[in-house]
Amino acid sequence: MRQERNNIFAGIDWILVFLFVILVIFGWMNIYAASKTEINTQIFDFSTKYGKQILWIGLSFPLIVIILFFNSKFYEQFSGILYIVCLFILILLFPFGKEINGAKSWFNFGIMSLQPSEFVKAFTALAVAKLLSDRQYNFKLVKNQLKAFIVIFTPALLITLQPDAGSALIYLSFFFVLNREGLTLSYIIIGSLAIFLFIFSILFGPYSVLTTLYILITIGTAYGIYKGGKRFINFNWHKILAVYFIVLLFILGTDFSYNKIFKQHHRDRFEILLGLKTDTKNIGYNSYQSELTISSGGFSGKGFLQGNITKGDFVPEQHTDYIFSTVGEEWGFLGSSLVIIIFMLMLFRIIYLADTHTNKFGRIYGYSVASILFFHVVVNIGMVIGLLPTVGIPLPFFSYGGSSLWGFTILLFIFIRLDAHKNYDW
Amino acid sequence: MQRKYLLNIIITIVCFIFIGRLFQLQIIRGSNYDPIHNSAVKIEYDYPERGYVYDRNGKLLVANQLSYDVMVQPNQVKIIDTLEFCNLLKIDKVSFLKRLNKAKKYATYLPSVFLKQLAKDDFAFLQEKLHKYQGFFIQKRIIREYPINAAANVLGYLGEVNETLAKKSKYYQAGELIGKDGIEKQYEKYLRGKKGIKHFLRNNLNRITGSYLNGKLDTLAQNGKDLTLTLDIELQEYAQKLMAGKRGGIVAIEPKSGEILALVTAPTYNPNMLVGRKRSKNSIKLFNDTISKPSYDRGLLAAYPPGSPFKMMNALIGLQENVIDEESTVLCYGGYKYGNRKHEFMGCHCGIYARPIKLKTAIAKSCNSYFSVTYKRIVEKHNKPSEGLDNWHNHVSSFGLGNYLGYDLPAGSPGLIPNGKYYDSRYRYSWNGSTNISNAIGQGEVLTTPIQLANFTAAIANKGYFYTPHILKKVDNLPIDNEKYTVAKKTSINKKHFSPVIEAMHEVFKTGTGKYSQVKGIEICGKTGTSENFARVNGKKIQLPDHSILVAFAPKENPKIALAIFVENGGYGSTIAAPITSLLVEKYLTKKISAENKYREQKMLNLSLEDIYNKQIQKPENLASGTK
Repeated sequence: MRQERNNIFAGIDWILVFLFVILVIFGWMNIYAASKTEINTQIFDFSTKYGKQILWIGLSFPLIVIILFFNSKFYEQFSGILYIVCLFILILLFPFGKEINGAKSWFNFGIMSLQPSEFVKAFTALAVAKLLSDRQYNFKLVKNQLKAFIVIFTPALLITLQPDAGSALIYLSFFFVLNREGLTLSYIIIGSLAIFLFIFSILFGPYSVLTTLYILITIGTAYGIYKGGKRFINFNWHKILAVYFIVLLFILGTDFSYNKIFKQHHRDRFEILLGLKTDTKNIGYNSYQSELTISSGGFSGKGFLQGNITKGDFVPEQHTDYIFSTVGEEWGFLGSSLVIIIFMLMLFRIIYLADTHTNKFGRIYGYSVASILFFHVVVNIGMVIGLLPTVGIPLPFFSYGGSSLWGFTILLFIFIRLDAHKNYDW
Repeated sequence: MQRKYLLNIIITIVCFIFIGRLFQLQIIRGSNYDPIHNSAVKIEYDYPERGYVYDRNGKLLVANQLSYDVMVQPNQVKIIDTLEFCNLLKIDKVSFLKRLNKAKKYATYLPSVFLKQLAKDDFAFLQEKLHKYQGFFIQKRIIREYPINAAANVLGYLGEVNETLAKKSKYYQAGELIGKDGIEKQYEKYLRGKKGIKHFLRNNLNRITGSYLNGKLDTLAQNGKDLTLTLDIELQEYAQKLMAGKRGGIVAIEPKSGEILALVTAPTYNPNMLVGRKRSKNSIKLFNDTISKPSYDRGLLAAYPPGSPFKMMNALIGLQENVIDEESTVLCYGGYKYGNRKHEFMGCHCGIYARPIKLKTAIAKSCNSYFSVTYKRIVEKHNKPSEGLDNWHNHVSSFGLGNYLGYDLPAGSPGLIPNGKYYDSRYRYSWNGSTNISNAIGQGEVLTTPIQLANFTAAIANKGYFYTPHILKKVDNLPIDNEKYTVAKKTSINKKHFSPVIEAMHEVFKTGTGKYSQVKGIEICGKTGTSENFARVNGKKIQLPDHSILVAFAPKENPKIALAIFVENGGYGSTIAAPITSLLVEKYLTKKISAENKYREQKMLNLSLEDIYNKQIQKPENLASGTK
């Protein structure tokens, strides 16, 4: 223990660091391509997006050193306090936050703005790890499950209220963690069933879906009666009725919330994605341009700084949320597949390392890191390549922005720190 | 243990889905992606100068002139003094507002034409003052100019590319000019040159931000090639003058080369009519005139029965097929009886009653009986008339009749030379040489265009071969080397059979129907003809004055010019077509008109057939009475 304290880099997983560096460098190159103008070619011009990003990247190195400086135990012991502080900061946003794009998600410090929600993810993950790794903690108990949900969804709720639903969505990724630690899959199955029902009732109209489902349930019941006879009815009649009722409630609820609670732009995004509407000009413009931009890259891309659609600023928010379209245009199928594979390798590496932890806290935290990163990658790239609806969340290590870069850096390097110490008995 | 792998499995699946989607986007959809024609690239064109056109002697026929359009971009317009501006442009204020509104309606942020084709003097004046008027500027355009008012039918004209072509073509954009007729259309590719293309990067605000791929794809404009035509513009002009007041066509060919010396259609129009400000007004006038059809090239398109000149064809085939020879004789009793019934009789005007007629006399005197006999023998030489007629058809076709000749002008008509099958289906196999005996004298089903007849004459002048007629002589001063026009085509008639026919044609101008149109010192060989025609006026079929036809070449030895002349309703070939022929031949061979021919020239210049043509027009009040 004394030994390793002399060298903060001892035991570090260099593979993860290497993947991190590749992503950050490649990310910056694409930000440079996406935000470069003809007039300005100075890389260290801090008035430009790519110049600033260099600064954020540079500043992330002292940050890493600080993270690595603290003992692993520090993170475990202080996770609760850090979590509380985070919630407090999120609450402070409501009176003091700066509104950007209609959401009060930012603190303005003059020279730069910080988005706390990007950092809270890491500390929530610590808190979840702390909670779940407690020896007294038994996940079979509903009471404990509720505790976990509260820890996870309190920051999510605060973020939703900003309102920044996209960033809040990320907290769903903790389901992977909970599942790993014993939560049954039924939550995920029920969740995805609900999503499918939701989509179907929008696609085909609530009443046809309801009718179809009722027929299916009736057939299922009839089959049960045929097999089990009177016993089946006697034991299950309340369950069957409940199923009928829940289905009715859900579908009518869907219809109601979709038409009454959702705003028009939500509906538009949804319907464009489902192919109910085609729109290349207004709301669908982002997805349309982004798909076109990626397509134009072809197999090997147009080459670094040669993406003319990128240069023409045709894709909105290309340096932030739509950065992957730059990769698609300039680096082609090869480059963009490579990015996906690098992310996959990074996730696999994190999961692999997490599983080797003898310490439950480290393992759960590692899982959280992998889940959060994975969720970001899926939602972001899925949106950019037109598979998922438009949700404005950044691509880890790639997208422009100090908060998100630092948030992900903290998330990853705390794990690297924990991982470096896993072989020491502490 | 399963739980441990769930995330790994999901990550792997998502990874495959994403890479699959990228494959779909970038490999499948990406292969259809057009890197240049999209919103991120702006293409600008640099238009080259269109090629000039000269006649065979180097006289300029088509040139370019600059024209100045006043353009306006409505969102930049700031007018200080409207009145002064209107005075500068010579328009009134109402018209000014109307034009500005029209431009606004089109697009406020794009330039559009405010005033088309400014006069040169106005331009010079305006240029100095225009800087005061923001939003207005002048755009130079190049338009055609015709220094000589002749040969509009040959030269053609320019017009805007139609939408279908603009969409289909890789070269043309909507609104660009393209050759619409004549050589402008035929040799569009030479004349237009190649426009220069510049590619620029464009951003989402439609602003140009730099050059695309550093100009790697950009090309420089290449000027159009200058063309030299085979036309002799002096002859053309002279022929057009002679045809004033008449309808018809004249085609003159140089037999040695197949070069078209003159291609006249009457009535015609001034090529400058289809250029400049008055273009749209004039084109309505020209193209909607369905009575005199000035835009219809009669020399190329009008398929008429050839009449008597076609007798030479039958003479040649008769000689080749050995059914007659120079010494064969036929007796003519004022006509030819081709059936047993009384009306089955074809009259003849040769005037030699019941005395043996030889070939030479038959041609010189245009004896119908002689060629009817010849034709019947040709057709009935074989077991079946269809075999005989097919054989005849092959001979005729070898002179380029009955099909498109293959000359290098866009308009054409195949005419008609019937074959065995034609009559087999028409008469269900029961027919013989008498059935279509009119073909013997070029009436019947046979149809030819003036240029086909001129080519036929050239083949006789050459004694058995011809070059496909063509209008293009040189491209950028290099003689054409298209084998289609530089390699002779042989007819199916032996060279030796031409001599008696040529002698007979010579006789026509010495003692026959053309004797009053002789020119001293020039041996003209020719054959006159008339072709009957009918028209329906006010519901009644009436016979109109015959079309006047003539084919000729000169001089007899070493022919330099072969022509076919066709004058609608001109009466006998000898009255109009023959004098015109002699004038044209003299003009071409000696470059002047001799004193003794002057009175003929005057007569032809003053002759107008308008009265006869006007009779054919249906009168509206008669139409109304006809409905009673």
